[in-house]
Amino acid sequence: MAMNGPTATERFVNGILPENPVYRQLLGLCPTLAVTAAMKPALTMAGAVLFVLVCANVLVSLIRGLLKPHLRILVFTLTIATFVTIADRLLAAYLYSMSKALGPYVPLIIVNCIIISRCEICSSKQGVVTAIADAFGVAFGYALALLSIATVREILGRGTWLDIPVMPLTQGDYGWSVMILSPGAFLVMGLLLGLWNWVEKRRARGRLGASAPGA
Amino acid sequence: MADDRAVEEPRQPAAEGVALSEPPKGGALSQAWLVLVMATFFGAALAGVEHKLGPVIAMNKLNETILQVPSLVPGAVETTPDMESAHGKNVFRALDENGRLVGWVVQGRGQGFADRIEVLIGLDASVATITGLFVLDQKETPGLGDNITTRAFRDRFAGIGTDVTLVAQNTTTNREAGVIQALSGATISSSAVCTIVNQTVNEVKEPLAEAARAASVVRGDR
Repeated sequence: MAMNGPTATERFVNGILPENPVYRQLLGLCPTLAVTAAMKPALTMAGAVLFVLVCANVLVSLIRGLLKPHLRILVFTLTIATFVTIADRLLAAYLYSMSKALGPYVPLIIVNCIIISRCEICSSKQGVVTAIADAFGVAFGYALALLSIATVREILGRGTWLDIPVMPLTQGDYGWSVMILSPGAFLVMGLLLGLWNWVEKRRARGRLGASAPGA
Repeated sequence: MADDRAVEEPRQPAAEGVALSEPPKGGALSQAWLVLVMATFFGAALAGVEHKLGPVIAMNKLNETILQVPSLVPGAVETTPDMESAHGKNVFRALDENGRLVGWVVQGRGQGFADRIEVLIGLDASVATITGLFVLDQKETPGLGDNITTRAFRDRFAGIGTDVTLVAQNTTTNREAGVIQALSGATISSSAVCTIVNQTVNEVKEPLAEAARAASVVRGDR
């Protein structure tokens, strides 16, 4: 096995911003749009993804020497499905109302491209330490994306943040309800993605130096 | 850096293509032993998780059921589980503030579009009318089938007699005829709920009506 991939630190840092699964790779968008109406489900989802990603990356990294190329996707899916089922049962046992609120989105982590892509790109090729760093980096990146979208949607849609009232007039029926509904998810996701691209472009122009005009 | 990648990328699928075009060596077992071992190991692990967490999850559902009883049977303030009146069914007696039987809550389950649907059905004491419906567990399609949990859909069942067979149709709800207005885009989920209600009500109708008569005789209500 070639060990010339990025180091653990590089994997960790890349997962958070430079290769952010949502804002840079546009992976796992279905749950991203669905669970970000409020902070609490977004946090729970981020936690479930962190658990599954770390467990799957560690296990796949440990058995990477035994993988047959044509059976690797089967092994990845089997591993991911097991840890997702464990996460789903844990939520149903200890965070029952949150488990009901998330509905099928926790079982659907099984088919989330973010996790299988990490198995394919990192943990099936690199050691356990790098795989763990990669899992944490990508999971934090995913959490960052979920929580940024959820922050905008919950504050504008409900006037609260983590159920704490933050907007004036929250006591009444304050609510820009489109933000809680599906169109709000697309709007906020698109605007944040655009903002992120704009920031990246400016930074890239800054790196090039003289060719960047001040805006 | 981005330019380096653009040059590298077309090479990778080609290299992998060469590796995959070689026929796999060895027999079926030597190919798949890892998958078989992992499947066995994971199966055992999941059985262990279910063994440990199953009772906790069942208790969560029971607590939720008890919380829902007052909203399912009008006039009910408390509830007691009743495992004898209808054998093999989770039944709860709904009692008013004087401890008098005002209705029943019965757990029903059946196959939905995606996975099993579990519902709670509220019935009046003589099991003549459905008084309420609550969806305890479902994994129907988000945005379509999962609307079976909404109040608007569940309220379509309240007030329907238990002597009619419920059907979900793309018309307005007709309680006398047992017609439930199906959710748009989720006819199968809507029909599944109707089927579960029909089956469950048919199974418990006789024994629960009998138990209610016995209860009223003991108390001298009539």
